[in-house]
Amino acid sequence: MKQIEVTVNGKLEKIEVRPSETLLEVIRERLHLTGAKEGCGVGECGACTVIMDGLTVNSCLILAVEADGKSVVTVEGVGSREKLNPVQEAFVEHGGMQCGFCTPGMIVSGTYLLEKNPRPTEDQIREGIAGNFCRCTGYTNIIESIEAAAGKMSEGGES
Amino acid sequence: MTTFYRRLSEFEYLSPAGLSELWEMMRGTNGTGYRVFAGGTDVIPNMKRRKGEVPKTLIDLKKIQELDYIRYDSGVGLAIGALASVHSVARSCLIWEHYPALATAAGKIGALQIQHRATVAGNICNAAPSADTAPALLALDASVRCASEAGERTIPLKDFFTGPLQNTLARGEIVTAILVPESTAGPGSCYIKLSPRQSLDLAVVGVAASLAALDGRCEEVRIGLGAVAPTPMRALTAEATLRGAQLSQENIERAARAAAEECSPRDSIRGSAAYRRAMVGVLTARAIRQAQTALTSGETSQTSGDCR
Repeated sequence: MKQIEVTVNGKLEKIEVRPSETLLEVIRERLHLTGAKEGCGVGECGACTVIMDGLTVNSCLILAVEADGKSVVTVEGVGSREKLNPVQEAFVEHGGMQCGFCTPGMIVSGTYLLEKNPRPTEDQIREGIAGNFCRCTGYTNIIESIEAAAGKMSEGGES
Repeated sequence: MTTFYRRLSEFEYLSPAGLSELWEMMRGTNGTGYRVFAGGTDVIPNMKRRKGEVPKTLIDLKKIQELDYIRYDSGVGLAIGALASVHSVARSCLIWEHYPALATAAGKIGALQIQHRATVAGNICNAAPSADTAPALLALDASVRCASEAGERTIPLKDFFTGPLQNTLARGEIVTAILVPESTAGPGSCYIKLSPRQSLDLAVVGVAASLAALDGRCEEVRIGLGAVAPTPMRALTAEATLRGAQLSQENIERAARAAAEECSPRDSIRGSAAYRRAMVGVLTARAIRQAQTALTSGETSQTSGDCR
C-alpha cells in the first residue's frame, strides 16, 4: 500500500492505495464520486475523462499512485449543485444527452475545450470531443450544447 | 478475441527520481519481470488485457526530470526527451516550423486525453506497425538514443524496429531521447494518415515524405510508410527512383508505384493487403506533391491551430 495525497475538486484527500488501483477506481469507489464512468477501461471511450493538472486524461489509464501530488477535477467539480457551469446548463437546455453514460466525460471535455478556446468552430468542437464516444450517437445535440455554452459565455462575459 | 479484465493484477510500483536510481532499481528486481513506462497509454491497456508477460514490477519514468524536454538547436537538430508528451510535440510551434511531418503525426495519435499522457518515445518503443510518429520520424531520418547502466548508444530509427511490437532494446536499456537531424529541418515534410475516423483510430496506411529540391529537381527524398509491413519502413526503392530526378508528375508517380511495390501489407480487419498497397501508391504521390508545394511556398500546408 502507498499513501497518496491528491486534491480532488479542491479538497485534499489522503488515501492509502494499492499500486494496481486506477485513479478512476479511487474516484468512484473510495471518494464515491460516481460521475466519471468506466466504459471501455482501455482509454478509448472517454467516459472516465477528468482534468488532471489542467489537462484532460482518461482516469482508467492512470494509476492512483501516479496522481500523488496532483490536482484532479471531475464532473462534480466543474460546477456546483447550486450553480451549474455554462456547459452543464447548455446540455440541460439543448438535450445534450440521451442515456447519460457519456455525459460526464462530454461535459469535462467540453469545459476543457472552452477554457482553451472560448469560440470554437464546429470542427474544433468535434475534435475537442473526439476522445469521447456517445453510443446513443446523440452527437448533434452535444455539439449544439457546446456551441450554445460558448455563445452564452462570450455574451455574458463569463470565462 | 482477447480476454479483458477490468482490474489490473497486483504489481509493485517504483518511481525513480533519476537515471542512477533507475539502474539501481532495475538491478534490484534481480531479473524478475519488470516493465518501464512513461505515459502508460499502451502499457496499462496491455496489462488489463493480460497481453504478454504480466510484469511483477512497474517502473515509472515520470519523475526523472532530466528526460522531460524538447530542444532544438539550429545546426544540430531536434532532441525529444523520453518524457515529452505527444501533446507537447503536436502543439510545439518550433516543431511545426521545422518538422511539420512530426507535428502532424503527433496530432493524429488517439485523441486529446491520450495525447496529454502518451510520449513520442513511448509511441516508438511500442513499435506498432501503425504508430503514427514512426513514418514521420523515418522520413526525417531520426535516430533513437538508448541508455543502460553500461552506457549510451544511438541507433538509426530504421534499425530500431525488429518486428510487430518488437524493438531492439536490450534488457536493462531504455530510450532516453529521439533525435532528428538538422538536415531534414524545413517546411518540406508531411504526414498523411488514412483512417476511417479522424481521431482515436489506427492508420490503415500512414505515409510521410521529406523532400529537398533545387529548381524542380529532387536533391533528397525520404519516404516513411506505416501499417503496410511488419514494422514501419522506409520506401528505399521509391526514394532512389526519385533522387536526382525532376519532380515531374511522371517521376513522382513512378516513385509512388515503387513504394506500392516494395511494401508488404497484410489483410486485416482495417483493410485488405491489396487496398493498402493501392493506397500507398496514391498517398506517396500525394505526400511528395504536398512536401513540394510546402517547399516552394516556404509554408506548411498543414497548420497547427494553436501552437505554443
